[in-house]
Amino acid sequence: MREALRDALAEEMERNEDVFLMGEDVGVFQGAFKVSEGLLERFGERRVRDTPISENTIVGAGVGAAMAGLRPVVELMTVNFSLLALDQIVNHAAAIPYMFNGNVRVPMVIRMPGGGGHQLGPTHSHSFEALYLQIPGLLVACPTTPADGKALLKAAIRDDNPVIFIEHESLYGLKGEVPAGDRIQKFGEAAIRREGSDVTIVGILKMAHVAAKAAEELSEKHGIEAEVIDPRTLRPLDLDTILESVKKTNRAVIVEEGWPHGGVGANLSTLITEQAFDYLDAPVQRVTGADVHMPYSRRMEQAAMPHEENVIEAVLAATEGSR
Amino acid sequence: MAKLPGRKTCIDLLSRMCLIRRFEEEAGRQYQRAKAGGFLHLAIGEEATIVGTTSVMRDDDYLIGTYRTHGHAIARGTPADSVMAELFGKVDGTSGGRGGSMHIFDGERRFMGGYGIVGGNLPLAAGLALASQYREEDTVTVCMFGDGATNTGNFGETMNLAALWSLPIVFLVENNLYGMGTSIERHSAVTDLSKKAEGYGISGERIDGMDVLAVRERVSAHLDIARNERRPTLVEAFTYRYRGHSAADPEIYRDKKEVEEWQQKDPIETFIRACDGVLDGKDVERIRDEADQTVKKAVEFADQSPEPPLETLYDELYVVGETIGWYAVDERSPEPHRGEYGEDAPDVAKELAESGAEHIEPDDEQSRPGVRN
Repeated sequence: MREALRDALAEEMERNEDVFLMGEDVGVFQGAFKVSEGLLERFGERRVRDTPISENTIVGAGVGAAMAGLRPVVELMTVNFSLLALDQIVNHAAAIPYMFNGNVRVPMVIRMPGGGGHQLGPTHSHSFEALYLQIPGLLVACPTTPADGKALLKAAIRDDNPVIFIEHESLYGLKGEVPAGDRIQKFGEAAIRREGSDVTIVGILKMAHVAAKAAEELSEKHGIEAEVIDPRTLRPLDLDTILESVKKTNRAVIVEEGWPHGGVGANLSTLITEQAFDYLDAPVQRVTGADVHMPYSRRMEQAAMPHEENVIEAVLAATEGSR
Repeated sequence: MAKLPGRKTCIDLLSRMCLIRRFEEEAGRQYQRAKAGGFLHLAIGEEATIVGTTSVMRDDDYLIGTYRTHGHAIARGTPADSVMAELFGKVDGTSGGRGGSMHIFDGERRFMGGYGIVGGNLPLAAGLALASQYREEDTVTVCMFGDGATNTGNFGETMNLAALWSLPIVFLVENNLYGMGTSIERHSAVTDLSKKAEGYGISGERIDGMDVLAVRERVSAHLDIARNERRPTLVEAFTYRYRGHSAADPEIYRDKKEVEEWQQKDPIETFIRACDGVLDGKDVERIRDEADQTVKKAVEFADQSPEPPLETLYDELYVVGETIGWYAVDERSPEPHRGEYGEDAPDVAKELAESGAEHIEPDDEQSRPGVRN
């Protein structure tokens, strides 16, 4: 995954002189997660810019540069640190195009790795997909495979809207085939990772993989064929693909790492209920992270995160009575 | 005493200051009538700082401001018509009625916007200047903000970044001595704001913001530093707003005498006196008449401009193109909420206006509760 993201950055920087990367430790240090490794050497300090630890100003400087016509890619070291930049993200990047009536655009990408599972404790393990998907004016990408990572990042850089690009720290090492060539993944096109007729499982980021593994086990051990959908982007959201699947399976389970209240699942569950209520044979089930700040202890942290068995349990609850 | 420019420039400076003064007075009146809603921050008293600064900027330089920027846009050349229409929330406003008083924008004239978050425009200024540097252009950015903004985290962050990256910015503090209702002695440990960025490597200078000629001379020197030496500096313009923080401000925090003392240094009267021998009484009268006419026309224009059509509610939120075909959940819903006229909206605007109306006519002493004499 990290190589795929790096290739996307490099190719887009080659393609368009207006694209540049800035963030904390993206240059000399080669990136906190090594995504930008080698880019400083290749593109120089003008286009790969190490910044001070000043999240709000880094994002704001990106917004200003974008308003002046450049196409900045801002890396925030983690999702958690993006909270320090929330004013610039919400009150500025997202609001400016609308509040100035389209007279100026903010073509920028704000990349941020996040997620739990590395014993980083309460301040370094957040999942804020739900927070960002709520904000009008932003696009939100959540890539799950190297191929999508590259194609979505390339699309994000070329898009004229501000994009929140969420990368999961556990997926950086993920191997996968990346098709050659200048491939773009349009936003708002979900991927059906596995076809099935009994239940629809929607999983985002790392949970897309957890959902897929759970689906295999459900097939092997329970004879339940799950359709697994990876939305790839949360805004725009390919609700059509999800609804179509639910209309076929009549059951839905949503899996995310974030908190339950007002989460991605809460939102999606509402949309499904509003628009496909008559097709549902059971309440929509949600599998989420625990409603706590991520504990450090390995044992407790794992208990606070969703796993295959939680997904299987939810699917069994959703399909109860039909088996 | 700064040197008086030629007659043509004098006329231009006085015209712009008079236009801003008249515009703001009228905006206050229209707010009382609830034609303009929300919050209204008037810059009456600060005209010399605004016009002095913009008059020495190049057309391709960037200017970015705060929520008190009707005058900045007008000084940059934005028609009073479209600024007034924005206050009225009309379709012909600078932001089509979406921004309001606090969010005027005119990209064509490189007025890069007014912003409602105190200190929020500082990082944006760094980005604008970064774009100039990135493209190796000799354009510079003037970032104007109030004394209150120097206490925000953005101030420290942006000063450091601007100095570190040698960005061509003139940071111009419009120090009107109050962060809303809190006086500078009560809100800033260091009250000489010209020194406040020194620790970040940015030198500063305090100037008389009530004297348009002094502002021109000093800001011009700072623009030269930004343009030629490619580094940021800070200018603290000492100025004063005669009206409240917003139109809904009963001003219980300052003495009326203080306002009167500052009015003795009125930027327009001061400049008229300085122009003695270059402009005569007739010139001044004509300039004031023109300002009256322009503002009267602006009100008519804003009155006649249509309300933004509701079917445009979702327009301009995104660029819909190759990457995305749609964006909002509402768009995909069978019965999207398209909004209706909220009955309470005009009332709220009216309430705000009325709470400030007591002060909106400064001549009426009876209606100024809380003023300590």
